[in-house]
Amino acid sequence: MNEPRRFEPQRPQRTQRKQLGSFVIFVTFVVFVVHPFVTLTAQVSFDRLLRAAQEPQNWLTYSGTVMSQRYSLLTQVTPANVKNLEQQWVFQAQSLEKFEATPLVVDGVIYTVQAPNDVVALDALTGRAFWIYSHVPSPQARPCCGRVNRGLAILGNTLFMATLDDHLIALDAKSGRPVWNTVIEGARPEAGYAFTVAPLVVKDKVIVGVAGAEFGVRGFLAAFDTTTGKEVWRFNTVPGPGEAGNGTWSGDSWKRGGASVWVTGSYDADLNLTYWGLGNPGPDWNGDSREGDNLYSDAVVALDADTGTLKWHFQFTPHDEMDYDSTQVPVLADLEWQGRMRKVMLWANRNGFLYVLDRTNGQFLLGKPFVKVTWAKELDEKGRPIRAQSPTEDGVVIFPHAVGATNWMSPSFSPRTGLFYIPSLMDSYATFPKRAVDFVEGRVFVGAFPVGPIQTLRGGPINRRIPEQGYGAIQAFDPKTGTQKWIFKLADLTDSGVLSTASDLVFAGSREGYFFALDARDGSLLWKANLGGNIASGPITYAVNGRQYVMVAAGNSLVAFSLR
Amino acid sequence: MWRVGVTSLLVMTVWVASTLAQHGYSTAEIVEGGRLFQASCARCHGPDGDGVAGLNFSRGQFRRAAGDDEIARIIMVGIPGTGMPPGNFSEFDAGRIVAYLRSMAAAPAENAGSPGNAARGKALVEGKGQCLTCHRVDGAGSQLGPDLNSVGPLRRTVDLRRSLLDPDAEIFDDNRFARVVTRDGEAITGRLLNQDSFSIQLFDMKERLLSFTKSDLRDWAMLKSPMPSYRDKLSSEELADVVSYLRSLKGRP
Repeated sequence: MNEPRRFEPQRPQRTQRKQLGSFVIFVTFVVFVVHPFVTLTAQVSFDRLLRAAQEPQNWLTYSGTVMSQRYSLLTQVTPANVKNLEQQWVFQAQSLEKFEATPLVVDGVIYTVQAPNDVVALDALTGRAFWIYSHVPSPQARPCCGRVNRGLAILGNTLFMATLDDHLIALDAKSGRPVWNTVIEGARPEAGYAFTVAPLVVKDKVIVGVAGAEFGVRGFLAAFDTTTGKEVWRFNTVPGPGEAGNGTWSGDSWKRGGASVWVTGSYDADLNLTYWGLGNPGPDWNGDSREGDNLYSDAVVALDADTGTLKWHFQFTPHDEMDYDSTQVPVLADLEWQGRMRKVMLWANRNGFLYVLDRTNGQFLLGKPFVKVTWAKELDEKGRPIRAQSPTEDGVVIFPHAVGATNWMSPSFSPRTGLFYIPSLMDSYATFPKRAVDFVEGRVFVGAFPVGPIQTLRGGPINRRIPEQGYGAIQAFDPKTGTQKWIFKLADLTDSGVLSTASDLVFAGSREGYFFALDARDGSLLWKANLGGNIASGPITYAVNGRQYVMVAAGNSLVAFSLR
Repeated sequence: MWRVGVTSLLVMTVWVASTLAQHGYSTAEIVEGGRLFQASCARCHGPDGDGVAGLNFSRGQFRRAAGDDEIARIIMVGIPGTGMPPGNFSEFDAGRIVAYLRSMAAAPAENAGSPGNAARGKALVEGKGQCLTCHRVDGAGSQLGPDLNSVGPLRRTVDLRRSLLDPDAEIFDDNRFARVVTRDGEAITGRLLNQDSFSIQLFDMKERLLSFTKSDLRDWAMLKSPMPSYRDKLSSEELADVVSYLRSLKGRP
């Protein structure tokens, strides 16, 4: 069925509407009172980061807010006028790598990363560069999947970038000059440790995690003092001897356990918990050497933001043998759940299940497949999968493909529609063979690659795939019931994140190079533009001088649209 | 095979102006050559190029190489059996280093005058000279002008002296200034960050990133250096003190 299903959108409650009205006045005030030219006016305090939703003219964190909903209160662009969106400018990166960074927008200045590790400051009105800071990562750095970077964090006047060769660099946001440059301890580029994640600032700390689970690294999250660059705490995502969870790894397999971090986490200020999704265990496709659940691979961990102490965890795929990283953005929402308000976490996992968790304690509330799934029969009452399949020596067909039902691309949650928008790979599958694998430091440590009709990267401009080989889609799910409300199907796959707005628009893109707007309520196509290149990051929106912009990276370019 | 007898000592004086003109290196490229030299070569050769016995790049003294191409080749492949290792440089970068070496000889270091007192120089930079109004050292001062935190190994004594006495003599592209006048009549001066046919981007005295549409401006123009000459502001001893202090700054860039 290609026809999108229809449903009646919930009308916003009166209080919500009132809030919306005052926000619109607030935004109008802010954007019209600024100088006729662009200025970096005020420091970005942590309080501003916490209340980022209330200044929707800016985009202050990787996911827009620490709740990571990728939902904006800007409403100038509406379902009625979105057809009048017109390209305003293009910034072309001096890089042929995938453009995976989500930009920050701070009072008229855009900060982003040109792969691999150039920080760029752009004028949000014209797209012209103010400055570029280049960090050339060591050629020893060996990221699994491209020399990419997903962006920056800001606090005060300082920007933070983690690099492929394991530096954390603080830059002055005005001048682009370095403030400090910390070499992250124990992370050696030649052993496969690489940082591609956009950092998360919590209070006076900047938190990052290490990638490299395809090289048998031992993952960790670490927090650094934003002023000095000194490490404050570290959480080993694979527990060592004496640490809780070490018993979920047989022998000394924990040493090469992976559980990498490469997508930004979230933060709940009331609970003072920071949430991070963790990657696959190593080796990816042969679990024989690591009997057990392999904590905290493929789990979400909730850490005390001040100390890094583990408060709770929830493992989506115990003893993963399919490479179902749980490196999705933890999307936080406050929902009425069976008669009472609950602090929940929404999670469309690479393993094909959509989860709703109570984020105060990790309690499993709901879990249902959002694509075709065969590796697990179902989830039990605690959310643990009832395993149906594992790789075999002869190879076995498993849904979804190792690339996943979704991957790292950011979903979006609209508190207005109450819907969760998931960039999805539908009907994807692969044959998973099991092969012996030896560990050699710095070499890939994975097993046999699964074989199936899903390409990890966009192959080129020609597409002859049929839906039976898997296809991309944007799906809207009601998290309260775990049911699909609508689906917008694509002919090719998608690596795009999703943005939703308070005017009931959903923006997303595709490998085909289309950037499009859907009606958030029913998924109908309202507008599209062919940008030519793969869209492999999340769209954002911002405003300058009273004008709303919608921006996305496609191919090697960052493109800004606003109304004619 | 390329081979030069170890004992053969070739001392060359180069007519710098013509060489640089032939190659057509811009000031920015020569500066970049200087950065590469200071980062990779100065540890042995010294910032003034006289750290290895028998060589003095500031005087155009080379032991083996006769021409630019040969020097560039030595920079790339090294000299087997000696302390001169192969450098990991492209031909283009090696050429820029050669251009820098030639520029050193064009303004010899011995003209720089007597060494000063770095401690007194520090006091002058932070006090009487008011240098930190525009410059920054170790996180203190303004970001309007060049950060001086690591200027020591990047600029020679003679260069620093000349910049203090005659700031307009050589302005790098990074340090150009412009002044705009808005329709309201507000005049804003700042460091030029970028411009195109229709817009101009500045970093102003208030450390703001500014972008203007040229057609919205009443006027705009490039400026000479906003830095005053210290010719009449500092005595020659004080000048030497300031230069000594600046040469001592070897912090993180």
